[in-house]
Amino acid sequence: MKRNNKIISLALAGIFGVATCGLAHAQISGDVVKIGFLTDMSGVYSDIDGQGGAEAIKMAIADFGGTVNGKKIELVTADHQNKADNAASHAREWFDQQGVDVLIGGTNSGANLSMAKVAVEKKRPFISIGAGSARLTNEECSPYTVHYAYDTTALAKVTGSTVVKQGGKSWFFLTADYAFGASLESDTTRVVKADGGTVLGDVKHPLGASDFSSFLLQAQASKAQILGLANAGGDTINSIKAANEFGITKTMKLAGLLMFINDVHALTLNLTHGMYLTDSWYWDKNDETRKWGRRYFEKMKKMPSSLQAADYSAVTQYLNAVKATGTDNPEKIMDYLKKAKLNDMYVKNGYVRADGSMVHDMYLMQVKQQADSKYPWDYYTVVQTVPGEQAFTTKEETKCALWK
Amino acid sequence: MEIFGVSSQALLSQLMLGLVNGSFYAMLSLGLAVIFGLLNVINFAHGALYMLGAFCAWLGLTYFGLNYWEMLVLAPLIVALFGIVIERTMLRWLYKLDHLYGLLLTFGITLMIEGVFRSIYGVSGQPYSVPDALAGATDLGFMILPNYRAWVVLASLTACFTTWFVIEKTKLGAYLRAGTENPKLVEAFGINVPLMVTLTYGFGVGLAGLAGVLAAPVIQVSPLMGSNLIIVVFAVVVIGGMGSIMGSIVTGLGLGVIEGLTRVFYPQASATVVFIVMAIVLLIRPAGLFGKEK
Amino acid sequence: MNKKICYGIFLLALLVAPFVMYPVLLMKLLCFALFACAFNLLLGFTGLLSFGHAAFFGGAAYVTGYAIQTLGLPFEVSIMLGTATAALVGLLMGLLAVRRQGIYFTMITLALAQMFYFVCVQVPQTGGEDGLQGVARGKLLGLLDLSNDFTMYYVVLAIAIGGFALIVRTIHSPFGQVLKAIKENEPRAISLGYDVDKYKLLAFVLSAALAGLAGSTKTTALGLASLTDVEWTMSGLVVLMTLVGGLGTVIGPIVGAVLVIGLENRLSDIGEWLANVTTIEWFRTLGDSASIVIGFIFVVCVLLFRRGIVGEALAFFAKSANRKPA
Repeated sequence: MKRNNKIISLALAGIFGVATCGLAHAQISGDVVKIGFLTDMSGVYSDIDGQGGAEAIKMAIADFGGTVNGKKIELVTADHQNKADNAASHAREWFDQQGVDVLIGGTNSGANLSMAKVAVEKKRPFISIGAGSARLTNEECSPYTVHYAYDTTALAKVTGSTVVKQGGKSWFFLTADYAFGASLESDTTRVVKADGGTVLGDVKHPLGASDFSSFLLQAQASKAQILGLANAGGDTINSIKAANEFGITKTMKLAGLLMFINDVHALTLNLTHGMYLTDSWYWDKNDETRKWGRRYFEKMKKMPSSLQAADYSAVTQYLNAVKATGTDNPEKIMDYLKKAKLNDMYVKNGYVRADGSMVHDMYLMQVKQQADSKYPWDYYTVVQTVPGEQAFTTKEETKCALWK
Repeated sequence: MEIFGVSSQALLSQLMLGLVNGSFYAMLSLGLAVIFGLLNVINFAHGALYMLGAFCAWLGLTYFGLNYWEMLVLAPLIVALFGIVIERTMLRWLYKLDHLYGLLLTFGITLMIEGVFRSIYGVSGQPYSVPDALAGATDLGFMILPNYRAWVVLASLTACFTTWFVIEKTKLGAYLRAGTENPKLVEAFGINVPLMVTLTYGFGVGLAGLAGVLAAPVIQVSPLMGSNLIIVVFAVVVIGGMGSIMGSIVTGLGLGVIEGLTRVFYPQASATVVFIVMAIVLLIRPAGLFGKEK
Repeated sequence: MNKKICYGIFLLALLVAPFVMYPVLLMKLLCFALFACAFNLLLGFTGLLSFGHAAFFGGAAYVTGYAIQTLGLPFEVSIMLGTATAALVGLLMGLLAVRRQGIYFTMITLALAQMFYFVCVQVPQTGGEDGLQGVARGKLLGLLDLSNDFTMYYVVLAIAIGGFALIVRTIHSPFGQVLKAIKENEPRAISLGYDVDKYKLLAFVLSAALAGLAGSTKTTALGLASLTDVEWTMSGLVVLMTLVGGLGTVIGPIVGAVLVIGLENRLSDIGEWLANVTTIEWFRTLGDSASIVIGFIFVVCVLLFRRGIVGEALAFFAKSANRKPA
């Protein structure tokens, strides 16, 4: 019996050892410029960024020639499934074990906020593309975070004030119950009140909710004029569909506070015409954007959203910075980015501010009527160009300690 | 008109929605109760099979051009068949063991089914449109009710009461109930109990598949639609009394309505109210409202 | 005698491990191993299947995170607070659940845990969908700085070993014998005069507290607490770990935890390797399908390997021992 106990224990120790050895890795050498891209690849935000964003980044790497300063450029991607803890653990492991040099954050503000915290801890650059929450450049601002494409402040100031000025004085919010929704609702509330409007209430829905009917009925009971949709992606699509189904649109007007071209495409112009939205880029704006948009269309069979274009641009600008400084040292890169003028098909005369915002023009656009749309994906008219200094947080409003 | 500080419009509209949700709870908990009553197995896979029914409808429409009405008949049959295969190949080996193994097996099956669909379709839903005959809405005065939702309530009530009638009032149902009490004795009478068990499992999951097809136009056809629902359905079954047919129907509808009411007066609690009711019922009547102490 | 030598070898391996493997992953493994062992105390040794252990694990995780971040309490106090909370939740749940047997007990724990989940979603202190992030580790007893991964690892190791030792002690104590008796034949235990409900409740609370300890430690090790920790899928995961490792064995849950977490972590790599070896491209997507693989293992274990890896190994060696001449 004693001998067998020994055999058993040794055998088990053996199994244990083999199993755990499989988990050991070797450190990757630093001879490569590694880009890490973490986004939602399978959930409600997978269309507006997701796999398309990864393709856009690959285009950027290919356009750059595949190498910078003689080092090969590599890309690792992962799906955080809209879970902040997934994002944080991937980010941590990438920085610790895989030698990732820069982290690109896709969608989901909660995930981006947690990625930003890890990047600050590890002192590496973090470029947030898909997140909306303005907290990234206010309460959570850091010398390593760049908030690249848009934020909830810009959306609120541009769409929010336009709708109020058009007569939409009383609001009710349908809010996605996490960092982004909360940010968007509070920023828009501030703008609405400042412009003389009132907010009659709000109802929060879980991210990725399947049935909006009860939330919408609560909204309708408030008798507000405007239903502010403080959500995005699949949630916005479902809210608008359900609002039409339950006749909510007969008594309330819908304000889609964050909408992308993929949402309009899914809903069709019939359900969305006349809606105002704020975005940082449109594929049909000028020849340069059209050229890139068509290249993207060849690969993905749909037109790119502003986030996918921003992924391309951010990586291009990062690689430019690496080339110009001759190194991938984080502090030197961040320094360079904050001094350079950024120009490419996505942004003209953009610059990174002390609080981390990449300041650039935002566009107020309106969805066309079906009759005015001449070709596939011809969805928007550009109503107004708002300079970045007006759209984003101003120095008086900022809560960032780095920009005082 | 105001009742307790809330407009009657809001109250009635949420009650209506609650009835629709309750219909789903009733159908799903009925299937679970039937399976538990006869097989003594908690079919954790019920949610996944409900999702399977919805996906069958969607796949049928997308790839084979089969419309809603055809899938309404076909999908439950496909799901029932799938269930029969599961029962024959896997579940039946576990009857001699502790009932918990049945639960664990069906849990594993759930993970697999949901995992397969999730890896193919992601987690956001596939849209499924309402069939033309049921499209449009009726203005009920206090709300605009999409016709389809009224149909859901009708269809599920019909399915539930038909099942109840068959089990409680017909000879086939009598055999089923006898088989639950004393399988050996019933077998001695020449009735093929194993076959009956298999068919019962198939029927129970077929009900889940039917619920799935009914649900497809209402909520998104998504791989997670079952797991969002299944735990609430378990709570319903516990409240109603596990194994009681009438219990699950009444409790299912009742809880849907209670949930709707909670949404009007105290929306934050609407997700937990079912479990609070369960805790209260367990303290007063541990066997459930309609259950018998086993 | 030999058992001690083997435990010694194990310990040595664990002490050296952070130099070969990623310490944060090791810490995660230790926390989950403790969680699985705590769960096994209830399932393997008392015969009660709880499908709601995520409430204890996640609840303690949140409390500890909140204590460190918002209340500014030191490391040890936060962990103790988390563990105590888990014990309290365990007591409340247990009082309701223990009255019923078998399947009913399981259903009740599942439903109560789900209620706890929804409460966690609503309560603002948990950060809702975002969870608690960037939880600092602080200092141990105000002296030892824990931000270094290596230092933290040894602290986590000490906690895990402490919890494990407590479980082993409990199993071999008179109390543990009564639990085993209840598992084997409850009516007989009642007829012998034992207040079965009290024993079950005590086992439940103990299991909950240790699961809470695992959760609290996890928060400090990984720096986050989120809704994933209180979801019912987490409860299912710990059942799987225990089942795969071996119910009713002492080290089974540890093996199970290592296997399951290791699998989750390395699935994409395994998928790549399988794809290259068998040239079936679908394997490359295996990384996204952790639940399919886990579900498959679950089904196989329930049908064929009910005793789990360790259980089957022990049975195999016992059989071959019987065949040898005495």
